[in-house]
Amino acid sequence: MNQEMESTGTSADTSPRGLKFILSEMKPRGKLFTPFNIISIPVILLGIVILVIRFTKGLGVVTNLNQEYPWGLWIGFDVVTGVAFAGGAYIITFAVYVMKAEQYHRLVKVTVLNGFLAYLFYAGALVFDLGRPWNIINPIIGNKFGYNSVLFLVAWHFMLYMIAELIEFSPTIAQWMRRKKAEKFLKKITLGAVIFGITLSTLHQSGLGALFLMAKPKIHPLWYSEFIPILFFTSSIFAGISMIIFEGTISHRVFRALQPKDDRYSVDDLFRGLAKGAAVAMFAYFFFKVLVFIHDHGWAHFQGFWGIWYLIEVVGLVLIPCLMFAYGARHKRIGVIRFAAIMAMLGILLNRMNISVIAFNWDHAVRYFPTWQEYVVTLMIIFSEVWVFRWIVTRMPVFSDDMPTRDQKQSLE
Amino acid sequence: MERRGFLKASGVVAVSLACSSKSKASHDESPFTEDEFIGVLVDTTRCIGCRHCEVSCTESHGHEVPDILNDNALQEQRTTSEKQWTVVNRFETSKGEVFAKKQCMHCWQPACAAACPTNAMEKTHLGPVKWHPDRCMGCRFCMISCPFDVPKFEYFSANPRIEKCTMCWERLQEGMKPACVAGCPSDALVFGQKHELLDIARQRIYHHPGRYVHQIYGECVAGGTGYLYLSAVPFDEIGLQTDIGATPYPAYTREFLYSVPFVFFGLPSLLIGLNMLACRKNSIQEEGEE
Repeated sequence: MNQEMESTGTSADTSPRGLKFILSEMKPRGKLFTPFNIISIPVILLGIVILVIRFTKGLGVVTNLNQEYPWGLWIGFDVVTGVAFAGGAYIITFAVYVMKAEQYHRLVKVTVLNGFLAYLFYAGALVFDLGRPWNIINPIIGNKFGYNSVLFLVAWHFMLYMIAELIEFSPTIAQWMRRKKAEKFLKKITLGAVIFGITLSTLHQSGLGALFLMAKPKIHPLWYSEFIPILFFTSSIFAGISMIIFEGTISHRVFRALQPKDDRYSVDDLFRGLAKGAAVAMFAYFFFKVLVFIHDHGWAHFQGFWGIWYLIEVVGLVLIPCLMFAYGARHKRIGVIRFAAIMAMLGILLNRMNISVIAFNWDHAVRYFPTWQEYVVTLMIIFSEVWVFRWIVTRMPVFSDDMPTRDQKQSLE
Repeated sequence: MERRGFLKASGVVAVSLACSSKSKASHDESPFTEDEFIGVLVDTTRCIGCRHCEVSCTESHGHEVPDILNDNALQEQRTTSEKQWTVVNRFETSKGEVFAKKQCMHCWQPACAAACPTNAMEKTHLGPVKWHPDRCMGCRFCMISCPFDVPKFEYFSANPRIEKCTMCWERLQEGMKPACVAGCPSDALVFGQKHELLDIARQRIYHHPGRYVHQIYGECVAGGTGYLYLSAVPFDEIGLQTDIGATPYPAYTREFLYSVPFVFFGLPSLLIGLNMLACRKNSIQEEGEE
């Protein structure tokens, strides 16, 4: 192994020597006191303290979860919403590897990395919410398989999909470690991993919706439908696309130095293509929502606060951003597209939170509101993901096909 | 085509295997008697609200015993808790004061057991639904799924348990009745097998047509439950949910779960086909450009 590495090691700025190389890459670079660090470090430390209390004293000490609201912010936002936003990875790999839409290639690596980290952190946040996390291996190692449980299916798919995404991203890691042979081999199995990954995504994106099928008497009838799984899957398409646009806009500014200098397709052109896709998916979703509304006699429940709340979600944050995407794509208005992406993401957030928390036990006298500790832990998860993301993109060839040069790294610092 | 046919066939086999193993599980041989679940009939017209069932329940499970003479608990509507698996509530109804006991319904096809990813909630061959601490990972999906909101979680413990009525599983093993039934002084509770209880209930309605609503709560609700209720007033007046429907809860996710093998085998073949078409299109385009 060592020999091979030395022989393939090129004249790049650091010559890789296994563990030593990784340790040298672990070292933090750049300034410590950036605005992001000043905000995120205290939040992460506070989050760790809260988690220590949570694991020693119980969930009820730091959260407002109770017998009527067993799932709160950590499941409703971190897991259910976070996974929907991570849907971009299966959309973009479908476009590039299956449909051979090569122009989106420059978005693939960063989106897959984002998807993988999202699953690692947001689905990983599930562990904080588990009351008896030491039994988490039970559904995996096979001593107790709950075959007839949707959650069993979702848990397995999370795990398998994370492996698939790791394989999709692994050529970049191999390139970073300068292992040419491994990189070549890993590139060959990418298409297989992509097809496996898309299949898993279809099933667990809809499976997250299927979790709520048995909560029929508890969810407000405007949100409960036997078609929740299909609605969740359809909406994960534009949730993922909106996230690509949102995240791409930010990292295009923050990591400007790492972007490739000359590319045949500008990011704006790619976003226009994505906006078209999002508009189509959103219209299909909206149409489906209307069908479900009529099918389930929505007018009978369409009244008061919940009627308006439903309208805000379905018209305000689905139909309007859908039209904005279409308009922006047609008239080359990139600002409109970016704004539509943010609105669409808010719509997804509202939809997932409605089904899992807000319209859940909607008729109960005492409602659930998250404690500040629940918000801090959620922020901690987001911030730590950004930290890991930043660590990877400044070391591995994520934004462009070449390794980040010393100049690029320095200009970031 | 051959390959696809094979995949389809294997999907069908997988599904039918899943079905058959499921139906087998509910017909295991039982040491009690034939293949039938046991349950309890609650006749709310006989309940006097003495709360002795609460006392014997807490005593036999080592929970804190409520002070039924002094705590005035009937003043308010209570739900079961992790420390009290059954509670009696008082209702002002169209026919005066009525008392009704609340506990796990022990559904014939329980939502909690179908929801559990680790089989920690188990529908035992006798009928009681039981929780296994060594399997549970505390995801609380049983609480989301249970239409009666029965499973309770210990939120203030580092080693939390899911707590609910077990129909006194340990006592049943020793051949005894559930503690609440044994402790009831007014014969409001009857313990027995499903068909016996339904017979008794129907007989009471038949002999006293004016005293009862002509329905047995639990005969059909959520696909049938182990606890059955008789009442003089409509069931929603005594705190029993009437919006649950007769569908067994696992049926709500069955269609989704059955579609999984088809997607799992069908979608990859579709994707491979699309990929081949896309590659072909690209190569034709390249030739055209040359």
